[in-house]
Amino acid sequence: MENSTVEKEYIGDEELELGLGLSLGNASGEKGAAAYGNGGRILTAKDFPNGFACGTKRERAQKSASSSDPAALRQVVGWPPIRSYRMNSLLSQAKASNVAGEDDESSKKKMNHGGHLGFVKVNMDGLPIGRKLDLNAHKTYQTLAKALEEMFFSPSPHSRGGKEQTVKLLDGSSEFVLTYEDKEGDWMLVGDVPWGMFLNTVKRLRIMRTSEANGLAPKSQERNEKQKSKLI
Amino acid sequence: MAYSFPEEVLEHVFSFLSLARDRNAVSLVCKSWYEIERWCRHRIFVGNCYAVSPEIVIRRFPELRAVEMKGKPHFADFNLVPEGWGAYAYPWIAAMAEAYPFLEEIKLKRMVVTDESLELISKSYKNFKVLVLTSCEGFTTDGLASIAANCRHLRELDLRESEVEDLSGHWLSHFPDSCTSLVSLNMSCLGSEVSFSSLERLVARSPNLRTLRLNRAVPLEKLANLVRHAPQLVELGTGAYSSEIRSDTFSSLADAFSACKQLKALSGFWDVVPSYLPAVYSVCSGITSLNLSYAAIPSSDLVKLISQCQNLQRLWVLDYIEDSGLEALAASCKDLQELRVFPSDPFGAEPNVSLTEQGLVSVSEGCPKLESVLYFCRQMSNAALIAIARNRPNFIRFRLCIIEPQAADYLTLEPLDAGFGAIVENCKELRRLSMSGLLTDRVFKYIGTHAKKLEMLSIAFAGESDLGLHHVLSGCDSLRKLEIRDCPFGDKAVLANAAKLDTMRSLWMSSCSVSFGACKLLAQKMPRLNVEVIDERGPPDSRPESCVVERVYVYRTVASRQRLDMPDFVWTLDEDSSMRYS
Repeated sequence: MENSTVEKEYIGDEELELGLGLSLGNASGEKGAAAYGNGGRILTAKDFPNGFACGTKRERAQKSASSSDPAALRQVVGWPPIRSYRMNSLLSQAKASNVAGEDDESSKKKMNHGGHLGFVKVNMDGLPIGRKLDLNAHKTYQTLAKALEEMFFSPSPHSRGGKEQTVKLLDGSSEFVLTYEDKEGDWMLVGDVPWGMFLNTVKRLRIMRTSEANGLAPKSQERNEKQKSKLI
Repeated sequence: MAYSFPEEVLEHVFSFLSLARDRNAVSLVCKSWYEIERWCRHRIFVGNCYAVSPEIVIRRFPELRAVEMKGKPHFADFNLVPEGWGAYAYPWIAAMAEAYPFLEEIKLKRMVVTDESLELISKSYKNFKVLVLTSCEGFTTDGLASIAANCRHLRELDLRESEVEDLSGHWLSHFPDSCTSLVSLNMSCLGSEVSFSSLERLVARSPNLRTLRLNRAVPLEKLANLVRHAPQLVELGTGAYSSEIRSDTFSSLADAFSACKQLKALSGFWDVVPSYLPAVYSVCSGITSLNLSYAAIPSSDLVKLISQCQNLQRLWVLDYIEDSGLEALAASCKDLQELRVFPSDPFGAEPNVSLTEQGLVSVSEGCPKLESVLYFCRQMSNAALIAIARNRPNFIRFRLCIIEPQAADYLTLEPLDAGFGAIVENCKELRRLSMSGLLTDRVFKYIGTHAKKLEMLSIAFAGESDLGLHHVLSGCDSLRKLEIRDCPFGDKAVLANAAKLDTMRSLWMSSCSVSFGACKLLAQKMPRLNVEVIDERGPPDSRPESCVVERVYVYRTVASRQRLDMPDFVWTLDEDSSMRYS
């Protein structure tokens, strides 16, 4: 039948015995194309050639047996495959109660990585569809803002709006500001509290029109000035 | 002249056929059987909401009373499907509101459901009885309020694992006093506190209530009150299981539980204070299902509870149970059929508990009826897997997640091919398999050769070449769903097995090596497959055709291949054969 002849054309055993090396597929040519920013796309194992597979099988195995880089593992989307509601629940329990057998050190570690594992929703005024962003892939407001700028404002053909210039969400100089909803349900300007505290309290993000952001508790013009001078 | 039964007789005969498979077979016999069958089919299951359109369903089956549907692919659970991809329930709800005034049941999984949809449901069907939303999102507690207020004969409201925007707990108070029909209420995924008095009154006036799954916000001190109103409960999910240690709270709780002679399933147990666990001991001998996967308590307390549950069939637990606890489980629960062990600290650099492959080996040895496993651990060996396979040839579902990607056999540093090979070779009835660890093409050869009943396969960070994928696609006769991430599988295997894809529900490949050109070719060759290129880097034809796509999702469909709700990062083949997006 047609399909089996096609199969024979495509595959001879010799052809497919391509050797044992990993071929993770090279995006030929356009590697630099489009927003390949750090936070703006899904990171996968391909981004960690040292953390995961490379070299011969034995080398690979030894590498993975010996090194277990939690930071790298966190950056891989969706691995280990645990639903986010389960992750969030685990973390909030770790904070709430002392689990027998856990020493201070490791529960502190948990706290420092934020009370909120994984993705928060990000909406932007004027756009009906929101995005999700992994907060744990960031350690500072700067990288967060940059990632969001690339996600929402990058000058690629398919993006809405097609804004060309970089937007600078944190310094109050653009048409948009970055805000977040905290655990109490209040909307705050991003950037005021220490990063760790922010991670513990943020529920979701919103890129708001500056005109609408006035009067965000407890922000005032004065504080905005202070913020501008504080930022690098 | 043909001699045949009158329609009514055939219809009566068909009414004994409940399985869709049987009804589908019957409808192929001849035109008149097709006609008769379609008029009397009341229940339908759509495994992929994009495989068919509402119009087609409504045209064929005019008398549906129960609809069950799934939307996003499974990997959406792990954030691999970008937000906005699709699976909107509204078009279905709207179309069915017109066509099926007598619809009674809607069950949706991984779909986007809005408050608008919920309101429409609540107002369109006079006899609406069952709403189950599994892993859905897009709605708020306002939508729930509509359902509560308007569905006069509501029997089941089950929101399992859905992501609900929790505006307030007030929705529950919208159940009118006249509503006494509730059989099942699952609100465990909600965050806000509901009015306890409303909840208590609702439970008290629902004599048929069999399943009650509370959310974390319901405090332990109040649990006894609720349980006392419903001693007929079969399934109970507690709220937070912690409180100051007080003997009156404890004895009140213990008394309430002892009145529940029919209780078979327990869940909830957030924030467990171990001293309160004995309150449920009186019901343990009847318990068949126990979900302790939120209970962060040490192994000894877990074991004390579990060893009281001699009739346990299903256990979900955190890895705090450790190998020792699993050994105890194997010794006391000989009826165990399903075990899931979740990691308590998946990102910790060092293991925080002593849970290894040994735990799974013990359970496979001690529990002769064990057929379904989901196990997270940090180390595995071929020897253990081979032992497990030999102990338990009756596995139907085997899902193993070794936390470190591509982790080798920790004893020999070899790949785990032999271990998983033993699983598929011994477990001839295996229907679902998820693999992890270091795996070469060889394991796929074993799978293709032996896993003849396998229906769903999940692969991550595995394999070496297209040969691996080819073995699976050409060998697994029963394969329906294949989901792959971060594997070096590409064009050759996919194109060579294009026809196979027509026999499957779907194929998902993300971060693999499938090129845009191959996607186009596949879509051209196979007109009944929808080949969705899901790529957030802009139009794929702005890059060379040999460029690899971020994700591709292929599914068979009889609906249009240009679904109207595609977001701008999804591309499918346009009619004029260029890959364009709408």
